Amino acid sequence: MEAAHAHHGHGDHAHHPYGIMRWITTTNHKDIGTLYLVFSLTMFFIGGLLAMGIRLELLEPGMQFWRPEFFNQLTSMHGLIMVFGAIMPAFVGFANWQVPMMIGAPDMAFARMNNWSFWLLPVGATLLVASFFVPGGATAAGWTIYAPLSTQMGPGMDLAIFALHIMGASSIMGSINIITTILNMRAPGMTLMKMPLFVWTWLITAYLLIAVMPVLAGAVTMLLTDRHFGTNFFNAAGGGDPVLFQHVFWFFGHPEVYIMILPGFGIVSQVVPTFSRKPLFGYSSMVYATASIAILSFIVWAHHMFTVGMPAVAQLFFMYATMLIAVPTGVKVFNWIATMWKGSLTFETPMLFACGFIFVFSMGGFTGLVLAITPVDIQLQDTYYVVAHFHYVLVAGSLFALFAGVYFWIPKWTGHMYDELLGKWHFWLSMIFFNITFFPMHFTGLAGLPRRVPDYNMQFADFNFISSIGSFGFGLSQLILVYVVVKCIRGAGEKVSDKVWEGAHGLEWTLPSPPPYHTFETPPVVK
Amino acid sequence: MLNPSARYFIPDPSTWPITGSIALLCMASGAASWFNGWSPGKFILFLGVAILAYMIVGWFHTVAHESESGQYNKQVDVSFRWGMSWFIFSEVMFFAAFFGALFYMRVLSVPWLGDLEHKLLWPDFNATWPATGPGIKDPFTPMGAWGIPAFNTLLLLSSGVTVTLAHWALIRNDRNKLIAWMFATIGLGLLFLACQIYEYGHAYSELNLKLTTGAYGSTFFMLTGFHGFHVTIGCIMLTSILFRCVAGHFKPDHHFGFEGVAWYWHFVDVVWLGLFIFVYWI
Ligand code: HEM
Ligand SMILES: [Cu+2]
Repeated sequence: MEAAHAHHGHGDHAHHPYGIMRWITTTNHKDIGTLYLVFSLTMFFIGGLLAMGIRLELLEPGMQFWRPEFFNQLTSMHGLIMVFGAIMPAFVGFANWQVPMMIGAPDMAFARMNNWSFWLLPVGATLLVASFFVPGGATAAGWTIYAPLSTQMGPGMDLAIFALHIMGASSIMGSINIITTILNMRAPGMTLMKMPLFVWTWLITAYLLIAVMPVLAGAVTMLLTDRHFGTNFFNAAGGGDPVLFQHVFWFFGHPEVYIMILPGFGIVSQVVPTFSRKPLFGYSSMVYATASIAILSFIVWAHHMFTVGMPAVAQLFFMYATMLIAVPTGVKVFNWIATMWKGSLTFETPMLFACGFIFVFSMGGFTGLVLAITPVDIQLQDTYYVVAHFHYVLVAGSLFALFAGVYFWIPKWTGHMYDELLGKWHFWLSMIFFNITFFPMHFTGLAGLPRRVPDYNMQFADFNFISSIGSFGFGLSQLILVYVVVKCIRGAGEKVSDKVWEGAHGLEWTLPSPPPYHTFETPPVVK
Repeated sequence: MLNPSARYFIPDPSTWPITGSIALLCMASGAASWFNGWSPGKFILFLGVAILAYMIVGWFHTVAHESESGQYNKQVDVSFRWGMSWFIFSEVMFFAAFFGALFYMRVLSVPWLGDLEHKLLWPDFNATWPATGPGIKDPFTPMGAWGIPAFNTLLLLSSGVTVTLAHWALIRNDRNKLIAWMFATIGLGLLFLACQIYEYGHAYSELNLKLTTGAYGSTFFMLTGFHGFHVTIGCIMLTSILFRCVAGHFKPDHHFGFEGVAWYWHFVDVVWLGLFIFVYWI
C-alpha cells in the first residue's frame, strides 16, 4: 500500500482551493467528514445551552427565569437541535471519514452531492436558530410537533417545518450516497460479510433513513398545508384527525431512534474488539441482529401512542412487537460482553466510553421494556420516566458511542494522540454527572411528574435540584472534549503510528496517520 | 480531482452545492414570511426558485459534460443506477405518507366521526366516502373516474410505451426514431398536464370541490397535486434529455442519463395508477 501512495503522492496536496473556499467547494470525503463533525459539535453546544436553560428553571419549584411559553420553546428546540443537528450529523460525519477508508474506496460514490448534503445543514440550523427571533418565538410544540398545537403556532413553526424539510433532504442525499458507496465502491475481495460492523450498521441505517425521512417530509407538508392552505388532515371537523399526525410522525419517529443508535452500535463493535484484543464475538449474528432491529422498527411505532386511544388488539400487537425488539438488542449486548470475555483488556478512553455505553445503554433498554408494557405505559406516558428512558439510550447510548468513536479515530485523523488523562476525566465526569442528572428522573416520573412543564409540586423539589446540578456538571464536562480535540488538531500530543492501537484491525489502520488527502486511489486487495 | 491515471472518478471542487443551499435558504425564509402575511416574502421565495433553477441547470450541465467527455467509467455508471433507484424509493415513501393519510381517513377517522357516540355531536353527518367531515357543510360533487381521469390514465400509460420505444431506438442507434418517440412522450405528458389543469378548473368552478373541501378535498388535491408536480418535473427532465439527444449525446451502450429519466417516468406512471384506483375510482 505504501507503494501505491508514493505513486499517487501528488494527490496529497494542491488540486483544491485554499482558505474558506476549500471547505465550501470540497468534494473530499475527509473534508466533508470534518465539516459534519465540527457542525455537529457546534449544535451540540447550542442544544446544550438550551438544556441548561431548561434545568435552570427546574432547579427550584415556582417560576424563576422564563415565561412558560419560552420554557416550552426551550424544550422543543433542545430536542430538535440535538436530534437533527447534533446526533444525526455526527454519525454522518463518521460515515464520511470512515466508510471509504474501511472498505478501501477512494471517496464517496457521489462526492459532489456529498458536499450539498452537508451544506444543507447550516441552512436548516439557521432557520431553527432564527426562529427564536421571529414574532411569537420558536416552535413550542415539542420536538414531536403534535397537531393541533403545531397547526396553531406562529411563524416559528413554519421555520421549523422548512428546517425539517431541508435537513431531511440532507439526510436522504447523505444516505443515498452512503448506501451506494457501500454497495458499489468496496475494494476487490471486500465481500459484504467481511465488512467492518460500523459499515454494516451504516448500510442498514441509511436504508432506514431513505425509508422514513420522506414520511416525515410528508407529515410536515400536511402540517404546512393545514396551517396555511385550508386542508383538513389533522382537523376532525373536516374529517381528518389530530391522531393521524401522531401515526405519521411515529412511523418516522421510531425508526428514527434506531437511526440514532445503530451506527453507535457499529462504533462500539469496532472499539470493543480492539481493546479486548480479540475478534468480535458472533459477527454474523451482529449483522442479522442489526437487520432485524431495522425491520422490526417499522411495526412498533404506536408504542408512543398507547394513551391516545386504540383498539385493544392494536395495543397488544404493538406491545409484543416492541418487546420483540429487545431480543436482537440483547443479542448485541451479549456479543459485546462475550467479546471481552477472556480478552486481554485495557481501558483507554474509547474503551471506557464503550463499556460505559454497554452498561448505561442497557439500563435504557430495560426502561424501554417497562414502557412497552401497555398498562404500565398508560401511567408513565409523558412523565419524566420517559425522559429518563430516552436520555439513557440517547445520551449514554448514541452520544457515548460517538465519544468512543472520537477518541478511537482522532489519532488516525490528526496523526496525534489525544491527552489520555483528560480523556479519562471526560469519561468519568460525563458518566457520573449523566447519572446524577437522569437517574432521579426515574423516580420523579414514577411518581407522576409530567414532562414539558416549567413548574412542579414541592414534593419533587429535591430530585429536580439534584438533576439540575448534575446537568450543569455534565454541560461543563463537555468543555474537556473541546479542549482535547483542539489540542489534537493543533498537533499537540505525541505522533502515532499507522496502526495507532495494538489490537486494531481493518483497512483504515494500514494508512498513514494522518491519512493523505486522497486514499485508496488504487484499490487495496482484501484477502 | 481529475486524475486520468486514477481508476476512480472524483469530481472537482464545485460551487453548485452552496448555490443550491443559498437558494433553499431564500425559499424557506421567503415562504415562511409570505405565508405569515409579509407579502414581499414572495419575492424572496421567487428569487430562491430562480437561483435553484440556475443551480440545477448548471449542475446537470456539468454532469452531462463529464459524461460526454468520457470521464464516467463502468463503476460510476453503476453508482448512478443505485443512486437513482434509492432516490425513487424515497419518492415512493413520500407518496406512501399521503396514501396512508387517505386510507386512514377513509377507513378510520371518517367512519369514527359518524359512529354512535358522535351522532350526539353531529346528528346529521353522513360518514360515507367521499366525505368532507362534520364541520364543513358546503355541498360538493366528487370527481368521477371515467371522464378525464380515465383518459389521463390512457395518456400516461401510452407515454410509458413511447419512452420505451425511444429507449429501444437509442439502443439500435436509430437517432431519428429516438427523437420522434421522445417528442411523443413529452407531448403525451404535456397533454396530461393540460387535462389536469382543466380538471382542476372544472372542480373549482362547477363541482365546488376545493382544497378546503374537508377530507376528500385535502386528499384529492394533495395527492393529484403532488403527482402533477412530479409529472411536470418529469416533463422538464424529458425535455432536457431530448435536447441532449438532438445534440448527439448518449451512445447505445452508455446512456444512463436517459435511462434514469425513463425510470422516473415509469415511477410517475405507477403512482398515477394508484391514484386512479384509490382516489378516483373506488
Ligand atoms: C429495548 C429497546 C427499546 C424499547 C423497548 C423502547 C420502548 C419505548 C417506548 C415504549 C417508548 C414510549 C414511552 C412513552 O412515550 O410513553 C419509548 C420512548 C422513546 N424512546 Fe425508546 N425504546 C427502546 C430503545 C430506544 C432507543 C435505542 C432509543 C434511541 C436511541 C430510544 C429513544 C426513545 C425516545 C427518543 C423516546 C421518547 C420520544 C418522545 O416521546 O419524545 N428508545 N421507547
Ligand atoms: Cu419508539
